[in-house]
Amino acid sequence: MLRAQSITCVRGDRLLFQDLNLEVHPGEVCQIQGGNGVGKTTLLRILCGLSLPESGEVLWNEALIHEDPGKFQSDLVYIGHSNGIKLDLTPKENLTFALTLQSSIPDVSIDEALDRVGLSGSQHLLCRVLSAGQRRRVAIARLYLSRAPLWVLDEPLGAIDAAGVQGIENAIGTHLDQGGMAILTTHQPLHLQHAAIRAVQLDN
Amino acid sequence: MPGLSTALIALVRRDMRLVVRHPSEVIHPVMFFVIVVALFPFGVGSDPLLLRTIGPGIIWVGALLATLLSLDALFRSDFDDGTLEQMALSGHPLTVLVLGKVFVHWCATGLPLLIVTPLLGGLLGMAGEVQLTLLAALALGTPTLSLIGAVGTALTVGIRRSGLLLTLLVLPLYVPVLIFGASVVLAAGSGLPTVGHFYILGAMMILALTLAPLAAGAALRISLN
Repeated sequence: MLRAQSITCVRGDRLLFQDLNLEVHPGEVCQIQGGNGVGKTTLLRILCGLSLPESGEVLWNEALIHEDPGKFQSDLVYIGHSNGIKLDLTPKENLTFALTLQSSIPDVSIDEALDRVGLSGSQHLLCRVLSAGQRRRVAIARLYLSRAPLWVLDEPLGAIDAAGVQGIENAIGTHLDQGGMAILTTHQPLHLQHAAIRAVQLDN
Repeated sequence: MPGLSTALIALVRRDMRLVVRHPSEVIHPVMFFVIVVALFPFGVGSDPLLLRTIGPGIIWVGALLATLLSLDALFRSDFDDGTLEQMALSGHPLTVLVLGKVFVHWCATGLPLLIVTPLLGGLLGMAGEVQLTLLAALALGTPTLSLIGAVGTALTVGIRRSGLLLTLLVLPLYVPVLIFGASVVLAAGSGLPTVGHFYILGAMMILALTLAPLAAGAALRISLN
């Protein structure tokens, strides 16, 4: 379970949000909503421990995430605003490297993961020549290669076409059914069957 | 941690592959080095005695500037494309991953500088054994330059157009390496013992090897915040 307690975030001299509380339990998805610039990405980065809040704390299974970052990070997949892929490597090389970093053995092979995101034909092209949506799909493929219970996804559906969106929704659905958790931001409505969606609204 | 060495090797292999696909990152600093050093005889005249005296200094300043020029590439692309935050979240200590990146950086810039140095030494009229001293000094000094540079780059990677700031931060820290690196070659030229200089260059490298990755790892976390 991920729990954030009275998070306050200040960027520059602007207060983004204060005393924000949030809880995500196994099998739940937490959708963070709000217009551009209200601090959705910042909140996600705080929840993964990349950024530090002005005050407040984030707990993973009742332990502070900064106390044992290694343990927390091995339970986490983060797909950020940037894809986290090298444009001068092929999708397969990118995923091989990502897999080595996470050091856990996945259920599916890299080829299989690329197939699931619809990139099996482009796996030997450099990511530089792929479209924005295809690059996003390479990042999304990391979800299939991980068994981490917590997914933190920043605009996962950005630049993805309708078929791809459905694939990601199915992936999130399966993940939740297996007792996983997801925290995400998106401007598109999310179609998840029999999943508990918590919405967190950020305002100016 | 068994996964750490695998991750480190994978990172080194990935960065080596990127260097091979982007050879300009290797070629440009070396070309810069060659041109800067070759400019001096045009400026100060071709008096062999003068060139032999100022030669070591010229080569060291050239190596310093060429390293500086290449530093931005160390973390910039990883920072921009989000692979750095993935490394920060990988559960592996950034300190160790920084060491891998600096190693590749040295292979891509420090090592090519060493390879072209005999050519430039000849241009400046250095004798054979003096050139060997110069090469040994560069072999000990250039890793220090990469390591110190990594700290400066890690601190400034979050800032746009950080090139000049990086120069101001890093160049003063390069002064000790420059002093001992150049004076060891002069000492060798005058037939004086050089071992003391080498000890100090070696000590500086070990100090940088121990402390710089720690500082750079912490600085990267601050830059990511």
